[in-house]
Amino acid sequence: MSDGLHRRELVKELVKGRDANTLFLAGLGSPCWDLANAGDVPENFYIWGAMGGAAMTGFGVARVQPEKRVVVLTGDGEMLMGMGAFATIANHPVRNLAIVVLDNGRFGETGGQKTHTSTGVTDLAGIAKASGIPVTATITKESEIGNLRELVFKTPGPVVVVAKVQYEKLKFVLPANSGSYLKDRFRNAILGEDRAQK
Amino acid sequence: MTDSKLDWPADVHKILRDEGITQVAMVPDAGHSRLIELCQSDNAMSLATMTTEEEGIHMLSGVFLGGGKGVMLLQSSGVGNIINALAMPNTCRIPLLMIVTMRGEWGEFNSWQVPMGQGTPGALEAMGVRVLRIDETDEVPQAVKAACRLAFDSQQMVAVLISQKALGFKDFRELAR
Repeated sequence: MSDGLHRRELVKELVKGRDANTLFLAGLGSPCWDLANAGDVPENFYIWGAMGGAAMTGFGVARVQPEKRVVVLTGDGEMLMGMGAFATIANHPVRNLAIVVLDNGRFGETGGQKTHTSTGVTDLAGIAKASGIPVTATITKESEIGNLRELVFKTPGPVVVVAKVQYEKLKFVLPANSGSYLKDRFRNAILGEDRAQK
Repeated sequence: MTDSKLDWPADVHKILRDEGITQVAMVPDAGHSRLIELCQSDNAMSLATMTTEEEGIHMLSGVFLGGGKGVMLLQSSGVGNIINALAMPNTCRIPLLMIVTMRGEWGEFNSWQVPMGQGTPGALEAMGVRVLRIDETDEVPQAVKAACRLAFDSQQMVAVLISQKALGFKDFRELAR
């Protein structure tokens, strides 16, 4: 690996593996733009704020939707802010949850300042493993995309995959940003409007 | 109903059950210990311990997104940890039910509990949380029921604050003896 994966292509390839039972939640910043770029559907939820909470939000969905596969896309900056989630999730395991950390070593939305993973000192997959997450992996090459899909969609979880991606300045691909709209759209899609709204 | 003064947590547990609460997120507090035991031994409820309180707010946001209903059990110092996490239930109009045991007010010995205890109602209100303050234990069950309805029927964030006056305060001098 010389320069790492390209996040837009990686997420696009990953999302191709989704089926009717897949729910995606993206954490704030680039993961939201990556997911919107890969195809906006009601079964996507975009967490535009509340930094640090994407993994735990996915965990909450997974606990009450055991028949769905819940996939969280987040970044290294957000995951570093909520690392306790690894321990909480490991201690109350859900088989249907996968967390993908798109790790570019930067705070991408605020000027590209380096995060704690940028120097290789801090290893998020290692932290997840030591927290007790049963399946952890780090991917660095395009040839590993098949393995990524297997881990994210098929492997009994909880799964944490860290994808080492390049730091790139990419166009923002903005999904809807009204939280109450996104919430109702997501709930209507998975529960049916009648149950979701009464 | 049992005699609420003696076993108000049993009544609170029954109300949570009747209201369809199945997910319990918590960071423990002595004041919640009996309720935690009751929820833990209830097969209809699933309890999860958080490393920090904001995890619980995120988890319960996800629980509601997935069609479930939950409650957060925490103490007043933990309210300080959840502030930015409340952005999600606030802006998404996600119902949120919290039961907060208070420290730092009635007869507090540990001064370190005072700042967040005193700041709790104001901090919650500043974030748009509806606050129900309860000073007597026999009022707790009905307050929890009212909070449940306000949260889930009217899509509000609601906190029931159970005062230290109701719970009784720790006598640290006694504990050190």
